[in-house]
Amino acid sequence: MPDLLIELFSEEIPARMQARAREDLRKLVTDGLVEAGLTYASAGAFSTPRRLVLSVEGLTAESRPVREERKGPSVLAPAQAVEGFLRSTGLTLDQLERRADKKGETFYAVVEKPGRAASAIVAEVLEAVIRNFPWPKSMRWGAGSLRWVRPLQSILCLLSDETGAHVVPLTVDGIVSGNVTEGHRFMGMGRFVVTGFDDYAVKLKRAKVVLDSAEREAAIWQGAQNLAFAAGMEVVPDTGLLTEVAGLVEWPVPLMGRIADQFLSLPPEVLQTSMKEHQKFFSVKNPKTGRIEGFVTVANIEAADGGEVILKGNQKVLAARLSDAKFFWENDLRVAKSGMGEWVEGLKAVTFHNKLGSQADRIERIAALAREIAPLVGADADDAAHAAKLAKLDLRSAMVGEFPELQGVMGRYYALEAGEKASVADAARDHWRPKGESDGVPSEPVSVAVALADKIDTLTGFWAIDEKPTGSKDPFALRRAALGVIRLVLGNGVRIRLAQKVSYFVVQLGFAAKILDQARSKDVGTDRYSAALHETGSSLAPDLLSFFHDRLKVYLKDQGVRHDIIDACLAMPGNDDLTLLVKRATALSETLKTEDGANLLQGFKRANNILSQAEAKDGVEYSFGADPKFAETDEERALFAALDTAEATITPAMANEDFGTAMAAMAALRAPIDAFFTAVQVNSDNQIVRRNRLNLLHRIRAVCSGVADLTRIEG
Amino acid sequence: MSEAPATPRSFQEIILRLQSYWASRGCAVLQPYDMEVGAGTFHPATTLRSLGAKPWAAAYVQPSRRPTDGRYGENPNRLQHYYQYQVIIKPSPPDLQELYLGSLAAIGIDLGLHDIRFVEDDWESPTLGAWGLGWEVWCDGMEVSQFTYFQQVGGHDCKPVSGELTYGLERLAMYVMGVDHVMDMPFNDPQSPIPLKYGDIFRQTEEEYSRHNFDGADTEMLFRHFEAAEKECERLLAFEPQDPKSGKRIIMAHPAYDQTIKASHLFNLLDARGVISVTERQAYIGRVRALAKQCADAFRLTEAGADQ
Repeated sequence: MPDLLIELFSEEIPARMQARAREDLRKLVTDGLVEAGLTYASAGAFSTPRRLVLSVEGLTAESRPVREERKGPSVLAPAQAVEGFLRSTGLTLDQLERRADKKGETFYAVVEKPGRAASAIVAEVLEAVIRNFPWPKSMRWGAGSLRWVRPLQSILCLLSDETGAHVVPLTVDGIVSGNVTEGHRFMGMGRFVVTGFDDYAVKLKRAKVVLDSAEREAAIWQGAQNLAFAAGMEVVPDTGLLTEVAGLVEWPVPLMGRIADQFLSLPPEVLQTSMKEHQKFFSVKNPKTGRIEGFVTVANIEAADGGEVILKGNQKVLAARLSDAKFFWENDLRVAKSGMGEWVEGLKAVTFHNKLGSQADRIERIAALAREIAPLVGADADDAAHAAKLAKLDLRSAMVGEFPELQGVMGRYYALEAGEKASVADAARDHWRPKGESDGVPSEPVSVAVALADKIDTLTGFWAIDEKPTGSKDPFALRRAALGVIRLVLGNGVRIRLAQKVSYFVVQLGFAAKILDQARSKDVGTDRYSAALHETGSSLAPDLLSFFHDRLKVYLKDQGVRHDIIDACLAMPGNDDLTLLVKRATALSETLKTEDGANLLQGFKRANNILSQAEAKDGVEYSFGADPKFAETDEERALFAALDTAEATITPAMANEDFGTAMAAMAALRAPIDAFFTAVQVNSDNQIVRRNRLNLLHRIRAVCSGVADLTRIEG
Repeated sequence: MSEAPATPRSFQEIILRLQSYWASRGCAVLQPYDMEVGAGTFHPATTLRSLGAKPWAAAYVQPSRRPTDGRYGENPNRLQHYYQYQVIIKPSPPDLQELYLGSLAAIGIDLGLHDIRFVEDDWESPTLGAWGLGWEVWCDGMEVSQFTYFQQVGGHDCKPVSGELTYGLERLAMYVMGVDHVMDMPFNDPQSPIPLKYGDIFRQTEEEYSRHNFDGADTEMLFRHFEAAEKECERLLAFEPQDPKSGKRIIMAHPAYDQTIKASHLFNLLDARGVISVTERQAYIGRVRALAKQCADAFRLTEAGADQ
């Protein structure tokens, strides 16, 4: 069984593309080999900044022979039909077989494809993979027409078995495959021949290349930690950075340096972001002071002087960067201390969206809405409105201009500097949250109020100008905003009627810029304008609400709640109150998991079906109230009693929104309902008895319909 | 690894070493283009010559102006007028990275002591309708060059592809010589009878041009000149190509392109004066790009820009 080794050696591959590329190489080549009739035992892919490598073990030496049989026309068929069959198979008449069956003789084409040598298949597959490789961005170079992520310099392709290693011959755009590669750019000492994967890995290491990115990551992390520990410090973990740095070096050499004292007063987030984004440095923390005081940079070379020059150079670049950061920080602090008025002015000139006004307009809206929402989340209304006005001012700060990812974090620092109280300052940082699925939601009431107002404003605004997400397009991240609202509401148990808020919002704030423009351009009177807003508010709210519901379904489905349960609860009144909705869904979901609950559903459906049919047939609604005195059987009387008992529990429970207790009381009806249906024929000949029983069924329906519309539950 | 040459003693020595290095590698050493440009790429030796099939190899210093970067000569690293060193080779040779590393060694960077890295950086010039893939080159964490394989210029696919190297000369020189403030960098040999520092030559001009770029330039005139350059570019390209005097067909691609360069610089000045709003900005860039594209189209019809 031969082993296959492929190395695609190129100029530096962007770090961010390497993991995907090696996986693509593995999959595309092995899929191609299998499709061509080869099998293999195992395959592993590797990458460094200059190479993609695939090692396949236990490849079959040739593909299985294939026998293909095709039935043709009858031997008596017209000549044209036979000729057509010959053309399509590429055979001549004497190569066809004749086989007799019940209807006479028929032509058969039998094509035997012999097995092909692995070498030919590998060459074919690899060339196709190289020519069609799915790089996110690729380029041409020189006078060639091949595309690769950066110029492809050599192809190593070897099949090795007991008889030795053999180059798989192929030529792609002038690059001829071989058995030669080279090591590290500066420490590698030239090109060398390899005979197989083990030989390749060993020689590469000798030529100062660590082939496996996981091994490079481990070496970097271990080396960085050792350096830090030796100085009584610790490295701040950053797996994204670790992967990136491992994709920038073939031979990692971590070096540690100190941050100059004059920069230690910068916020840790600023130091970390600046060092990471610009320099790809790891941050090093002093556990005694809790500050970021050092960095680890990872060089790609064992320098003759032990890295002294490299470290000095890096330190110098860092100093220049941090001088900039310090300059921004000090300037920003000056503005912050003077009340941030400069930024307030500045945001008036920044367009949020040309149909939705400036950032300043937007902040006004968010502040007004935050004031409305505040009482619902237990926040002080003035604090919420004030926090909303401050929350986005840092967008004008020099630091956020340089590092957009620090928005909010800086806002909090600046608000504190301006003398704001902690809850208001925290809102600057936390109103952006949740930033993604893995980010938590804030719980501080002021932050919650501003975060909700911010997101509802965004959604309402883009809905008003008809910029809704379609398919995979969601340029304004509105799905994320809606999910943010859902998580904020549910995470904090907020009771808010979203549809009402949205309508109110549109009307109160004259939000819909489109309508506003129309009203202005047509020079219509205030009344007409106001009417137009009302119309927009009330037509926009249901549409936006159904968007929320769709997102909520996706969210709850991820939490394991069935879609029919959600539908059953959505059918209830007040469904724009998401907390109420989820309370219903949770209680229903839990009850249906019990045996009584599942059986109750059957009983309920039976009652409902009989009742609905009777109502349809008789054209009346049986809601006159059943009377126990017409009960003929013990089972009937027992059901009356059980319904009384259940109602006594359900009514107060519903008043308290204690859906769990209400559902449990309903589930307790399962036995009497089952017994009733077993013993009693509803459609009695006695019309009085029949009517009474139908009215009794109506009671079942009424009692069991408080939490959710059970008719929508499947099964 | 060959013994690295001694550290250069002056800014001009670095330039001279680069000139002689690239001359020895077969590049035509050109002189700067005699117009105000934002970067070495604007030189027709790069923009226009990267189009068409004719092989090309050139290296030159290009004084470059970025009006918004003016800091009155006070910032240690920022200047509104600075020098770029530009190398352009078509088709890009297979050993361009090695050639480039050789140039670093030539200016005194010991490749056994320093950490040189090619870090992904894709280049795009919206005003030239051009883009390419490549890297920024780091030396000990500092960006010292831009390395690009041109894919498109003026909306035309580059076939063959040119390799472009751009060195930010001041920054590179400061690093090599260990100077912290650009104005303190020796321009000529410090042992010269009349030693001159970068600041002796450029501190005052940085001040004057900063004042000019941010406050002094007459914006009404700049707007007018922008319009005029745009019109002239289009007029030249529409001009009758058949020359009755020489009997030749002459397409004025280069004179028209000069007007594109002018428009681009005028736009940069207007931008520095802060009179172009965010929305207008895109529109102006689009107008310059439209000119660049028309010039590229015209150049492709000329002998130097042809496919064969």
